[in-house]
Amino acid sequence: MDRATTETKLINGYQHEFPLVPRPFQRIGESLGMDEDEVLALLRDLQDRGALARIGAVVSPRTIGTSTLAAMTVPPDRLEDVAALVSAFPEVNHNYEREHDINLWFVVAAPSENDVATVLHNIERRTGLEVIGLPMLDSYHIDLGFRLPCG
Amino acid sequence: MWVSETDRELLAEIEGGLPLVRDPYAEIGRRIGLSEADVIDRLRALVDRGVIKRFGLVVRHRELGYLANAMVVWDVPDDLVQTIGQRAGTYPFVTLCYRRPRRLPRWPYNLFCMIHGRDRITVREQIARLNAETGLDDYDHAVLFSRRRFKQCGAQYGIRTAPEAA
Repeated sequence: MDRATTETKLINGYQHEFPLVPRPFQRIGESLGMDEDEVLALLRDLQDRGALARIGAVVSPRTIGTSTLAAMTVPPDRLEDVAALVSAFPEVNHNYEREHDINLWFVVAAPSENDVATVLHNIERRTGLEVIGLPMLDSYHIDLGFRLPCG
Repeated sequence: MWVSETDRELLAEIEGGLPLVRDPYAEIGRRIGLSEADVIDRLRALVDRGVIKRFGLVVRHRELGYLANAMVVWDVPDDLVQTIGQRAGTYPFVTLCYRRPRRLPRWPYNLFCMIHGRDRITVREQIARLNAETGLDDYDHAVLFSRRRFKQCGAQYGIRTAPEAA
């Protein structure tokens, strides 16, 4: 199996149900025909390239803490500064420029609704710009797993 | 869903990701005073109860060559949004489908889908298909492609460390 195929198998196979056993990388290696240290090296390489953010848990919304999507209209000449200010909050986990009049979009996650509201308020106070909060009301589909096509 | 203090501590400890060592659960356990078996059992129980929605590799789309990322939003009548949203959520290229509040007059949309693709042409084709096949064509919509990514990391709820007062 060439490297690209191995990577694809690793990515497609282990976004869900990562082995909960004492030596998970050995278990993965068995399915890919590699040894434990080769799997670890491949994962470190994916991490160095930025393709792997982490191996971890995606927690169901609102079981631990709460979060909201938020958005702002930022004048283009202030966008970098405002984006940096927003990103500096540890409660902000995604922060993107999007092509719209409302051009800065980010997610705020914190232990309580009150904490989330405080962050939004602080961003408004420090930028002098309005922040629109758009919390999830219903989830019809959440599966941030991602399938790479083979070949 | 109730989550014990110990489980919260465990989730906080793995928020940054499992360490890339041969025995990651033992390592996590050492940091918070649990045995390896206890860490594994607790994680398995959290998965079984649905507290952990999924456990595994968290990837970044752009670095994998998925350069186009669109947030597509529609203004769907409230009595139809659930039916249509559930239908839209079944498409493999829709990674997330939520209902959110409108904020009139500035923001008239209540249904949100995230779509990732190799390039914009592909994503536009997927959106056209979604519109045509789910009945979403009837409603006002907007496509917000991402331009710059300023920050992307796992949700950090600051379970263990209180959020910094800013």
